[in-house]
Amino acid sequence: MAHATTDTALAGSYGAAAAAAAKTPGYWGGVWRKLRRDPVTVVCMAVVLLIVLAAIFAPFVAPNDPYATSMTRRLKPIGTDGHLLGTDELGRDMLSRLIYGGRISLFTGLTPVFLATLIGGGLGLLAGYFGGLVNTAVMRTMDVFYAFPSVLLAVAISGALGAGLLNVLIALTVVFIPPICRIAESVTTQIRTEDYVDAARATGASTPRIIGTHILPNVLGPVFIYASSLISVSIVVASGLAFLGLGVSPPQADWGLMLNTLRQAIYIAPVNAVVPGVMIFITSMCFNMMSDGLRSAMDVKD
Amino acid sequence: MLFYVIRRLLYAVPITIGVTIVCFSLIHLAPGDPLSTVLPDNASPEVAAQIRAAYGFDKPLPIQYLVWLGNVAQGDFGVSVQSRRPVLGDVLPAVRNTMILAFAAVLLGFSFGILAGAVAGHVEGSLLDKAVTAFAITGVSVPHYWLGLVLVVVFAVNLGMLPAMGMGPGGQSGFTIDWAHLKHLILPAITLAVIPAGIIARSVRATVAEVRKREFVSALRAKGMPRPRIFLHVAKNAAPVVLAVSGLQFAQLLGGSILVEMVFSWPGTGFLMNSAIFTRDLPVLQGTILVLSLFFVLINLIVDVLQVVFDPRIKRA
Amino acid sequence: MHDTSQAATLPIADDTRDRGGPMQPLLIVEDLKKHFPIGGGFLRKAPSVVRAVDGVSFHVDKGRTLGIVGESGCGKSTTARLLTHLIPPDAGSIVFDGDPVGPYGGITVADLRKQMQMVFQDSYSSLNPRLPIVDSIAFGPKAHGTPTRKARADAEELLGLVGLNPRQFARRYPHQLSGGQRQRVNIARALAMKPRLVVLDEAVSALDKSVEAQVLNLLARLKEQFSLTYIFISHDLNVVQYISDRVLVMYLGEVVEIGDVDDLYSAPSHPYTQALLSSRPSMDPARRRIAPPLTGDPPNPVNPPSGCRFRTRCPLAEPICAARAPELAALPDRPGQSVACHARGVGTGHSLSPAA
Repeated sequence: MAHATTDTALAGSYGAAAAAAAKTPGYWGGVWRKLRRDPVTVVCMAVVLLIVLAAIFAPFVAPNDPYATSMTRRLKPIGTDGHLLGTDELGRDMLSRLIYGGRISLFTGLTPVFLATLIGGGLGLLAGYFGGLVNTAVMRTMDVFYAFPSVLLAVAISGALGAGLLNVLIALTVVFIPPICRIAESVTTQIRTEDYVDAARATGASTPRIIGTHILPNVLGPVFIYASSLISVSIVVASGLAFLGLGVSPPQADWGLMLNTLRQAIYIAPVNAVVPGVMIFITSMCFNMMSDGLRSAMDVKD
Repeated sequence: MLFYVIRRLLYAVPITIGVTIVCFSLIHLAPGDPLSTVLPDNASPEVAAQIRAAYGFDKPLPIQYLVWLGNVAQGDFGVSVQSRRPVLGDVLPAVRNTMILAFAAVLLGFSFGILAGAVAGHVEGSLLDKAVTAFAITGVSVPHYWLGLVLVVVFAVNLGMLPAMGMGPGGQSGFTIDWAHLKHLILPAITLAVIPAGIIARSVRATVAEVRKREFVSALRAKGMPRPRIFLHVAKNAAPVVLAVSGLQFAQLLGGSILVEMVFSWPGTGFLMNSAIFTRDLPVLQGTILVLSLFFVLINLIVDVLQVVFDPRIKRA
Repeated sequence: MHDTSQAATLPIADDTRDRGGPMQPLLIVEDLKKHFPIGGGFLRKAPSVVRAVDGVSFHVDKGRTLGIVGESGCGKSTTARLLTHLIPPDAGSIVFDGDPVGPYGGITVADLRKQMQMVFQDSYSSLNPRLPIVDSIAFGPKAHGTPTRKARADAEELLGLVGLNPRQFARRYPHQLSGGQRQRVNIARALAMKPRLVVLDEAVSALDKSVEAQVLNLLARLKEQFSLTYIFISHDLNVVQYISDRVLVMYLGEVVEIGDVDDLYSAPSHPYTQALLSSRPSMDPARRRIAPPLTGDPPNPVNPPSGCRFRTRCPLAEPICAARAPELAALPDRPGQSVACHARGVGTGHSLSPAA
């Protein structure tokens, strides 16, 4: 049985519909448009972009060699000729080290959230969609990891594994999986009961196709919002682990580690000692406000 | 309600077991043979095997776990590799010191957070509200260990008003309530209080603003109830949310204090863990984490039960 | 809106999927059951069951419309979902055009779903908010291997058929449509699977009266055009009367009465059906009712009353009604109408039971 064409004008309408498709940007397009109109978010995006670009192109941007020590030029104050942000306890250029430090600090901040979103989001999706035993097994395991204060768990895991970049990434990923998993699970459980999922099941479509078309796109939003709010936390905690000496080892440049090594100079050059923290603060703050902007941009439907 | 409380209590059992499994696994996560930390460098293979058997490291993991759990249940957390003293003897004073710091921070952070949040929620959209919101977002974004350093620079280095290190005069670690000791508490407590103050201010503000928009508040206003009494009604309805957020924050403080204790050389669990990590004193690390996370489970349990008392509608699984 | 009135009508004989011939009912449902356990689990109260659907049997003839009515909570919607196997039934058989549905011979659930589609009550919740409506409609055919371009083109054609100009609407998202428009999309989505049976679960109940009438007319037109068979579930007695050929009345998970629409509406037999029908507001002030025909809420389906489930609210209740559950049986004088009531059955022991 074929549906009869009812209106000859329809035959020519597909091209027009395609043109309309280009005009209607879809959900994510709408979110992006709204984000662009939010001045706070735009400023934060610009700042983060600046820091990220500086980190990526550090060799071209940094005014000095971040590893070049100088016994004679130690702890020079901010504004010293040739060292815009002064020098550290070994006479290395602070600005250059901060630019290079962004590479590791951003990497250790962003990677765990990304990995945890993949793993935790995936687990939560499966637990929510299949329910029953799968759900119980996944979610009760998450509950156990939830039973640790997050910073404690991060310190415990990376402390037990020993200092090192990889171990910090592992520790933070483990810390962020349970909360993301919970969000993904509860959103999936709720969406699973929506009639459009039943309607999709009633067409006899395969489970992966239903998850891909109907569940995943609707779970992504809330999970993204939540994950984006974790980036700020991740940057602060990752730098905190580095501050404890659990991250990369000297002479590598990392904001948290710089804060650690400069501590001994806090009575001699207090301003220099706190400067790396300013970078952590600014980055974390910008990600936090971008997350807030994203939240309100995704909240409104129109 | 009693039924719920009992169920919630029983639910804590598998969680606690899970927590002990994770803590037990920590030692086995560590790279290398756990034996290497206790073994003298020049030990012969026979001695090594003897010690291995003495520590039970030759048995399968589940057996090791059960033996370890049995010891823990009797208060035997093992022996510190560094000090050769029982772990619990090191951990308990540290926990006490962390608790002192955490309670001080709770007092500061909660009172400020709740007050600021409630006021901001009541004057939603005003300049004051914006100021509180700005504070809240700063509070949740700031790396608190760095804030601690800044406070040290300002109040200890520049102004010389407050001490920067330790718990009391002369590096002692006892605590009495007098100015000499409180002086040491002020900076770390403020530092530790900033994050929970921010988070609590944020959620109290949102909750109060939301409750105020509910229809029952309009109805109270319409019947001419005076503002202070309306505020009481709003507060009562916002209380369960505030309680839940606050409880969680208090629990998180136990972990968050690690970094602050490092900054201020506060002789608490964070300090202990840090030295344990760098001397590879795994029994101490394990013992500290276990005690702290058991506290965490306990606090969450209390908060959940209290919530039911405050709001009988809550019946979560 | 689009003019679709000159649309071609496909005669039923063209349908190669017709296996049983015109006399074979399209759907036969026998003793369908679904009991939901509630509570239970670790340290909870002993599990009890909600008998949401408890032994429902009926059949639907080809090209006809079966209306299902009843109060909310009587199991109408559960029945709908059991038919499409969105909820697996606990017991009972479904025979589609002569083929039993199930693993042993006959057709599979997947085959059944290709021929049976559903339209849900909540027009918003039944459309994916992240998909343009044309993609929601095209989803089913695409899942069954229709190329994307073709599926989209068909979907746009269907939009036209349900009265939405595809040029204007195809790329819109559900929240950009009104309730009536969304329900048209849902109907188009169901038709995209080229079904033979469409289950409409309160499909017009959430719409404004004027919109409801338009959608009902649309449904009637589509039924003609595509030789569809409908199961129309609603709590609205007037709507059911308007659209149905036969009507089934449910109470607490059971069928209490079934019959041709005109017979059932003019001469309801079961006390519950009578009460339902007399509860409709009358247009005539002289016939205004003072006393409510039905008081109280339906009993808890967890522990339904013994015997006849309606007896707790029934004006005709007698001891026999508590002792034994009445069987659904054809009325002696009207073989097309069946009722489950001791007062109407022959030789039941009820004082009103007619003589044989």
